[in-house]
Amino acid sequence: MKERVRKLREQSLTAEPYLSLERATLLTDFYETGIVEDVSIPVARALAFKHILENKEICINEGELIVGERGPEPQAAPTYPEICVHSLDDLNILNSREKISFSVDDETRRISEERIVPFWKGKSIREKIFDNMTTEWIDAYEAGVFTEFMEQRAPGHTVSGKHVFHMGFSDFKKEIEESINNLDFNNDPEAYAKKEELKAMEIAADAIIILANRYSDKAKKLALEETDATRREELEKIAEICSYVPEYAPRTTWEALQHYWFIHLGVITELNTWDSFNPGRLDQNLITFYEEDINERNISVGEIKELLQCFWIKFNNQPAPPKVGVTAEESNTYTDFCLINLGGVKEDGSNAVNNLSFLLLDVIEEMRILQPSSMVQISKETPNDFLMRAMKVVRTGFGQPSIFNTEAIVQEMLNQGKSIIDARNGGASGCVETGAFGKEAYILSGYFNTVKILELTLNNGIDPRTGKQIGLKTGDATTFHAFEDLFEAFTNQLNHFIDIKIEGNNIIERLWAANLPSPFMSLLVDDCIEKGKDYNDGGARYNTTYIQGVGLGTITDSLTSLKYNIFEEKNFSMNDLLLALENNFEEHQTIRQIVLNETPKYGNDDDYADEITKRVFEEFYKAVNGRPNTKGGHHRINLLPTTVHVYFGSVLGATPDGRKAKEPLSEGISPVQGMDMKGPTAVIKSASKIDHLRTGGTLLNQKFTPEILKKDEDLEKVSALIRAYFRMDGHHIQFNVVSADTLRKAQENPERFKSLIVRVAGYSDYFINLGESLQNEIIKRTEHGAI
Amino acid sequence: MMSDSGYIFDIKKFAIHDGPGIRTTIFLKGCSMDCWWCHNPESRNLKPEPILKTNNIDEQEIIGREISVEEVLHEIDKDMIFYEESGGGVTISGGEALMQHDFLYSILKKCKEKNIHTALDTSGYAPEEIIRKITGVVDLFLFDLKLIDEETHEKHTGVSNRLILNNLKFLDDQEENIIIRIPIIPGFTDTESNLLQISEFIRNLNNVQSVNLLPYNKMGVEKYKRLKKLYKLTEVSVPSEERMNELKIYFKNKGIKVSIGG
Repeated sequence: MKERVRKLREQSLTAEPYLSLERATLLTDFYETGIVEDVSIPVARALAFKHILENKEICINEGELIVGERGPEPQAAPTYPEICVHSLDDLNILNSREKISFSVDDETRRISEERIVPFWKGKSIREKIFDNMTTEWIDAYEAGVFTEFMEQRAPGHTVSGKHVFHMGFSDFKKEIEESINNLDFNNDPEAYAKKEELKAMEIAADAIIILANRYSDKAKKLALEETDATRREELEKIAEICSYVPEYAPRTTWEALQHYWFIHLGVITELNTWDSFNPGRLDQNLITFYEEDINERNISVGEIKELLQCFWIKFNNQPAPPKVGVTAEESNTYTDFCLINLGGVKEDGSNAVNNLSFLLLDVIEEMRILQPSSMVQISKETPNDFLMRAMKVVRTGFGQPSIFNTEAIVQEMLNQGKSIIDARNGGASGCVETGAFGKEAYILSGYFNTVKILELTLNNGIDPRTGKQIGLKTGDATTFHAFEDLFEAFTNQLNHFIDIKIEGNNIIERLWAANLPSPFMSLLVDDCIEKGKDYNDGGARYNTTYIQGVGLGTITDSLTSLKYNIFEEKNFSMNDLLLALENNFEEHQTIRQIVLNETPKYGNDDDYADEITKRVFEEFYKAVNGRPNTKGGHHRINLLPTTVHVYFGSVLGATPDGRKAKEPLSEGISPVQGMDMKGPTAVIKSASKIDHLRTGGTLLNQKFTPEILKKDEDLEKVSALIRAYFRMDGHHIQFNVVSADTLRKAQENPERFKSLIVRVAGYSDYFINLGESLQNEIIKRTEHGAI
Repeated sequence: MMSDSGYIFDIKKFAIHDGPGIRTTIFLKGCSMDCWWCHNPESRNLKPEPILKTNNIDEQEIIGREISVEEVLHEIDKDMIFYEESGGGVTISGGEALMQHDFLYSILKKCKEKNIHTALDTSGYAPEEIIRKITGVVDLFLFDLKLIDEETHEKHTGVSNRLILNNLKFLDDQEENIIIRIPIIPGFTDTESNLLQISEFIRNLNNVQSVNLLPYNKMGVEKYKRLKKLYKLTEVSVPSEERMNELKIYFKNKGIKVSIGG
């Protein structure tokens, strides 16, 4: 690693995340002018965006080659008061909480109290959302039946397509002009709305060009002051590049990276979109620039590698915007889920791995930082040496890259009605979410606690935590004669809460579309310009709304336990079990031992348990899949947890699988922690029994001790394991490679393990930044990995 | 003869050190040898036997079970896709699997009918006609070689090695695929004279693909306590990494293809 990169990396790793009111203050300045009263909402949003970019601090860090910070400097996290107003209490929590804190100074507190809160209170979308929800929705939300993604962060969940790397904003402006010219005010009742939206997009395009030019000016100024000749030349080059991109399409790798970075900053400044933004298939998007640089411009691989490393640091400098409340619980991390895709197939279905794919793996291995995250797509066409190279990075044990099945991704999209070309150009983003890159708004709307549904079913719709009747009265569980009675009650309860969630989604989508359109994002995603429609209002070619099922392992083992022990083996009665659950298994050790040790469990390739997994999957799928959203698209399912399995566990009492009250649920589609007794092949067999191809992504966590991956020949066997999983249509697999001992040491002496990164669920995180229960869960998972 | 059922004490999936690829290893019960360093003492009795659940609790469980060939095949079948992807297959281990040769033969025959690669992890201690019988259904022999001197062998394993060495020569003559596995038990199998004898013996064979040096481990110590059996090797410590490398070089210098571990 070159000295420049080492220093920038060090700066990025040591700077403490803090709250910056720069954006909030500029936004408030703009809204206070009253201009917004005179223009349409999209135009107002675009003007606000422009105001921020015209006036924000310009920051060029020492030695960097790719420039641009979202805040005034690295690790500064802005707030978005039009979305979520942080009270003084929130600020205190953010400042003082043990994990994922953001320091808040007195000046920030003062400005917040005197200006930001008074101006925005009552106007934020968070308040509008909660005001518009029904009592049933609020009850379910508070009980932890589901979470709500859009209550303090914006819909985003999308990825840049290749076209963005080959177009300047002057090109987008031409398209806008054309689209405006094509408006038919005689026959199209939406023509006016479309014109306003297109005007807004044009303003947003100008805004990002202005920002780039400000960076160019700053670089010129720094160049004049610079005494070191080499650095002066670099600054002059930066100035030149920033005056060219993003207005015009990039020509070189350096320009392409800077071009994308301005776009990334634009997206995450306009709104606090989920999963930030993402350059997508980076090896595909950059390959023409790379080849021309090498072959025609005499630029060395080393120079390109250095640029890529500088690019990497820019991601790590931007912690995810501060989250509070349930949203912090479900996604408690600084990671903002930018997942770089490598490998996969080209448009024509042939292998897409190129020289740059390998170079990028080198970058990932050397950088060893949290952001951006990375993945490799493995298809039937992918050569083994690429998979092996990726596995060697996995072996270094920081959870990257995760491994995805290209054929599954493509088929999932075909199943959702996308064209094969769009599907092959797509990939996975966030944790594991399938998407048509550059063409789809695929919005995760909230996690769904399948285990809470069972708890409500066993209590006739009453939440035992509060005593409140929040679900249907599906019958007293002790009166069920057969497992089918119980399963039917469970299904009814499930459908009831999915109805509530979808009803909420369809209102919340409209609130975003009406109040907070995102004209800048709309420039980037096909076919918003052509349709004259906002990204948040169905402008994208494809519009998908997901509900993410959580706790597949725990729900399977719980239902299996009920079926096996109560209705078939008659080991104890429903009454006995309910009493044991109520008492958290205290003084019911015999029952607990039976359910823990003598009952079939998911993850062991045992059809008895795995049949239940399939049934739960089918019911969840039927309840959600295909139901319309408000943007011309449909609801779909995927199965992933981020950190919500910890929160969902915390709202639950003991469960029939032997899990004690408040303990985490299983994550993704992984078995309950420690219950997979037959090793990874059995886990993979169980996990492949559900139909991944009808989801938009599933998450499977595998843990290996470092010894297993030490020898290359063993690594090849793990690669074969992956190929087998993918042949059975598995969507994704990720590996945690750290010994339990190391983790325990890190728990005891966090200060000595600051850089220890582990795989959590669909993303990696610093171990010391995880809550204690999540740390314990990962230790438990890892211990079990010793084969 | 075929047999419909037999006794096993474990089925291990994702076995990656028992032959090529990803394997399913079936551990058959029963062994008539008495190696001092045996780390599977629960495998010696042919029949299921009681074992303490843990060292501290006076609660027993039964180790081993009778299982039908059909059920074994069902477990093997489950992992077919992994054998295909990795070039793996089935390994039968023990105990000494040859003790239940009818059962063993039945399993292996079925595997071959399904075109599954088979390996047998054996001490080679069995009458030659049994060895002769199974050669048609075993693709790879993982053959344990411990001590060449007959007297020392008898002392530390309870039996003469004449049969074992003859069987190894027989397999070699039959051009079977053989991997020799030498347990490295400090002070026992790694003496200068034994190493010399073993290497000479191997050099006189023609079909040995490679030699695996298996470092002594103490995994079995706990199990002796749980079985209320006496462990004879308390004084021996695990060989260091340097020592293992030394031994590896020793064999390499004699022109023998060698690796550490399975």
